[in-house]
Parts: sequence; C-alpha cells; structure tokens
Amino acid sequence: MAEFALPKNSKLTEGKTWPRPPGANNLQEFRIYRWNPDDGANPRVDTYQVDRDDCGPMVLDALLWIKAKVDSTLVFRRSCREGICGSCAMNIEGQNALACTMGIDECQEHAKGKNPGAKKTGAVRIYPLPHMPVLKDLVPDLTNFFAQHASIEPWLQTETPAPEGEWKQTPEDRAQLDGLYECILCACCTTSCPSYWWNGDRFLGPAALLQAYRWLIDSRDENTGERLDALHDPFRLYRCHTIMNCANACPKGLNPAKAIAEIKKMMVVREV
Amino acid sequence: MPSSPRPTVTAPLSPHLQIYRWTWTMAMSVFHRITGTALYGGTALVAIWLVALAAGPAAYGWVAWFFGSILGRLVLFAYTWVLLHHMLGGLRHFVWDVGQGFDRDKRMALARGTLIASVILTVLIWALALLIR
Ligand code: SF4
Ligand code: SF4
Ligand code: FES
Repeated sequence: MAEFALPKNSKLTEGKTWPRPPGANNLQEFRIYRWNPDDGANPRVDTYQVDRDDCGPMVLDALLWIKAKVDSTLVFRRSCREGICGSCAMNIEGQNALACTMGIDECQEHAKGKNPGAKKTGAVRIYPLPHMPVLKDLVPDLTNFFAQHASIEPWLQTETPAPEGEWKQTPEDRAQLDGLYECILCACCTTSCPSYWWNGDRFLGPAALLQAYRWLIDSRDENTGERLDALHDPFRLYRCHTIMNCANACPKGLNPAKAIAEIKKMMVVREV
Repeated sequence: MPSSPRPTVTAPLSPHLQIYRWTWTMAMSVFHRITGTALYGGTALVAIWLVALAAGPAAYGWVAWFFGSILGRLVLFAYTWVLLHHMLGGLRHFVWDVGQGFDRDKRMALARGTLIASVILTVLIWALALLIR
C-alpha cells in the first residue's frame, strides 16, 4: 500500500535563516532542503538571500553563489552546467528540473502562474529529487535508478556475425531513435512518477523504460523478443498508469509516457 | 584505506506528495481511481434496486420512494457523474493506449476535457430525464 506520509526521520523542520548579504539591493530568497548524516537531526529547510545583481541567471548559479559566499556546507551535484550531464537534477518550485537550465525568473513565473496561493513568501523552494533516500542535502541515492537502467541491458544485441565495417541503418530507421537517444539519465522523470514513488522497487520507471524502448525500436538490435519477454510483468512495465508527470518533467523535452505506450503496443501486436 | 568512522543513520526519504506541484493529468489520474472505487458503491445501488424489484411491491415502493426523494436524487445525480467521468476517463486512456494525444497541449486538453465533458453530459442527461418525465 502506498505510504503517503513521510517517515518520522524524514519530516521537515524549520532550519536556519542565513544573514543577508551586506549592501545588496536586489535580493531573492531561497528555501533549501538540508540534511546532514553526521548530526543525527531531521531534515530542515534553510533560508538564504541571494544578491541577484552579483549572481548568474540560473538556479545553479544561485546555488553556487550561496556555496561560495554564504554557506560552504551546502551540498549538491553538478558538472557540465549546460544540461548534458544530468547531475544537477532536483525539485525546483515543485517540479523536477535541471538547476543549470532552469532560470531563476522562469521558475518564479511558473509558480506564480500555476500556483498563486502558494507563493506568499516569494522564495524559490528547492528539494532533492522526490521520494528518494537522501545522502546529503540535495544529493539523492540513485543506486536503484542506475541498477534499473542496467537491467534493461542497454547495449546492441545481435545474432548475425558482425559486419566488416559498421552496423548500417537507413535514415528512416535512424530517425526512430530521435526523442530517445537524447536522454541524459537525469532521473527527473522517474522521480516525478507517483507509480514509481509507491512501487519503485519493482516498477522500472519512465527513464529505464524509455531506454528499453530505445533498444526495442533500434533496427539493428536482434533481441527484441527476449527484451519484450523481460518486460512482460505486472510491475516492471504495467505499473505505468499514464499519469504523464514524467513527460511534464523531462528537461530534454522527451516523452517517456509515449515510449511506454509504444512498448505496451508492441506487446499487444506480437500477441495477435 | 580505513573507512572513517561515522554514525550509521538511515537516510531520510525526500519529500514527494508534500512538495510536488499538481498537474491536470496527475489530478485526473487520481480522480479516475476514486471514481473507479465509487462505482462499486453505485453498483450496490443498482443491486439494491434490483433486489427490491424482485422482493415485491412493498420493498420496491420503499426504494422507489428513496430514489425519488431529494437525497436519493442527489445520490443518483452523483452516481451518473461518477459513471460518466470514469467512462470518459477510460476513453482517454484508450486514446493514450493506441499511442495518440501525448503532446503537452493535447494531454492537458484531454485531462481537462474529461472533467468538463463529464459535467456537461451529466447535466444534459438529467435535463433530458426531467423533460421527458
Ligand atoms: S527521459 Fe528525460 S527526464 Fe527522464 S532521465 Fe531521460 S532526460 Fe532525464
Ligand atoms: S506516464 Fe507512466 S511512467 Fe510517466 S509518470 Fe505516469 S505512470 Fe509514471
Ligand atoms: S550540471 Fe550538468 S545537467 Fe546541470
């Protein structure tokens, strides 16, 4: 049964309010999830003031600014700062996104337009990816997520002997991979999915299933039957109820829900 | 390398429902489940009506009186809406199952459309029923 409430050790508490930067007159408030494995306390939400005149336009810029100028203990993942490594995924203003491609103004707009009542404080609220074990602050434990990706065997599988040069593909067949190969495995989709929240141990989740479809639809792959067999399971595939949070969340504009629907269609087609 | 000693603590679970922004598709999915469950109650109503019909005029008269009362009509009205909403929701899922309607605008329109259409249809059916009575 789905557990809607947070476990006792995960309940949020009000954290520290950090001093505002002296002399700044264009301030933006940030409310950020903190948890430290070493102090034995519950997670807390800290409040920071960022000097917008001294800081870049993206949410990641603000986090780096805080870490450099206010609180060096704030922990988060980032690497490429251009939306291609997938490490800075987090929950910003109630939606999963990459901190490096989400503008501070943009996420504010979002919240104002869609959620007027909830925006009294004007703060940008940042949490780790939802319903995941937290290692520290904004860093979730993605072990299970990557193990699920590995479980769909994300590599080319063939029976026929390898050709002299390369495995060839027509432009049309290659086009089948558009909207799939761009996935950066950031986990924004999977951790936005309520079905994954309640059944993440058995349901593969949108990212792994989009990847599964990427290999199912690849004209060069010769293991389609076995791949479908492996997915034919009430949980691994069929826990998707087309809630579409995944497609709303994907920072690369991909549509895992559609890929999952295509897999379900392939299952039906091969039965008849 | 010796591992540094640190207290073993269970990692907290990051917040989910508490913080995630609601979307039409999410709300409608939840609603589809709720109406699905509520339909069991509706089916019980139909069963009661059938049993009363079989049990003879006295019992039937009592049940007919209840369904004719304000409260009874409200219950029936709600049942009609729940039924229609769940039916349209089923249609929406069918569209998705054949691989259509996945674009951002289309999926939002489908989710919203289910709600609006179910309300309109319910009102229409009741208006018709009251007219031809
Ligand atoms: S499908 Fe999109 S949201 Fe999901 S892991 Fe890939 S890039 Fe991230
Ligand atoms: S469409 Fe499927 S995978 Fe995507 S969020 Fe919904 S249930 Fe999860
Ligand atoms: S830092 Fe690489 S995706 Fe954001």
